[in-house]
Amino acid sequence: MVSWFQKNLQKSMLAVSVLLLAGSVNVNAEVAAPVVPKGKGEQCVEPTGEMRKNHMEMLKHQRDETMHNGIRTKKHALKECISCHVQADDKGQVARFGEDGHFCSSCHNYAGVNVDCFQCHADRPQELIGKGHKIKPHHTANFNDASVNKEALQALSKVSK
Amino acid sequence: MKTDNTTDTSKRKFLGGAAAVAGITIAPGVLLQTVQAKPDDQAVSNKVRWGMLIDTNKCADGCTDCVTACNSEHGLAGHDRPETDTQYIRKVTLKDKQTGHVKTLPVMCQHCETAPCADVCPTGASFKREDGIVLVDKHICIGCRYCMMACPYKARSFVHEDVYDQKDHTPRGKGTVESCTMCVHKVDKGENPACVTACNKEHKAMYFGDLNDANSEISKRLKEHGGKQIRADLGLNPGVRYQGV
Repeated sequence: MVSWFQKNLQKSMLAVSVLLLAGSVNVNAEVAAPVVPKGKGEQCVEPTGEMRKNHMEMLKHQRDETMHNGIRTKKHALKECISCHVQADDKGQVARFGEDGHFCSSCHNYAGVNVDCFQCHADRPQELIGKGHKIKPHHTANFNDASVNKEALQALSKVSK
Repeated sequence: MKTDNTTDTSKRKFLGGAAAVAGITIAPGVLLQTVQAKPDDQAVSNKVRWGMLIDTNKCADGCTDCVTACNSEHGLAGHDRPETDTQYIRKVTLKDKQTGHVKTLPVMCQHCETAPCADVCPTGASFKREDGIVLVDKHICIGCRYCMMACPYKARSFVHEDVYDQKDHTPRGKGTVESCTMCVHKVDKGENPACVTACNKEHKAMYFGDLNDANSEISKRLKEHGGKQIRADLGLNPGVRYQGV
């Protein structure tokens, strides 16, 4: 027969081990893997692996074809990527490039790879222009964090004094 | 942009002559010309040469419909700084000092056959498409502005400040030069440029079409009534022609 004490001991041991496990997870995953927002369509124009590895080549090729030869096929066009992958949330708000919620920056922020595309190109589908706040295109991360800006300003003002 | 009626001799000189002697009247007719749409997967070819014809006799003094349409089509919002704000198209006012006759006309990139902007561009960003449309590849543009100095029509602008909320068909960004694209995104779909569409609503002073096609409306009109090149002396063979100047 298991005594009341033993029962509780088992429970508490279980709780401790769970805590330990949780702790070890936290230690090993300092940076959370990117959560990539789901697109509108069922299937991307190329297999996911192919897109992950070579999307930049496809975009660049398409860009030159469109710019110089007027080829306007939709398959590898940036505009189409954006119109499928960047969607408004339940509140009608859309993530801007630079924020983790934006399809492109979800991975680019994680990988620390900066791209200039959205200094010129729209980072949202045309119908969502006007939704979401303004962005500073030259920055990718933390520019919306008021505390960071405040700290930076304070640091600057200290230097100038 | 000059909107009052004072004489601006520099612009008159720039336009290469005094105001028109006699107006060429063109019979009013159906002006909604159709342009052949190009299949999306087909490259542009030099069989086509896109051009524009502007009948300055019909261009109304004080009307800026073409400019407004262009600005909204391309999302060109200014900063109330006329010297540096982007303009793809502008209205120029001419006044004949002797007769007091006032004429206004839109001036934009003239889409030259031998484009000086493309000639001087050190990176190849300024180029002429096979179908005659002169563009800036902003991916390659380094913002040196040689092309702006080379252009005799003052058609180009430099983007001095960050741009937000761009149209998806007209990517624009700080540090690059830009100018009239002849609404290449519409032309490729078989539509008229925004300025032409806007002008057709009331004054019908602008025509767009294929200069290589003898049966196009623009070619027929040019054959019948002629059309002047601005600064024809430079031998640039622009794709934009004017009647009544």
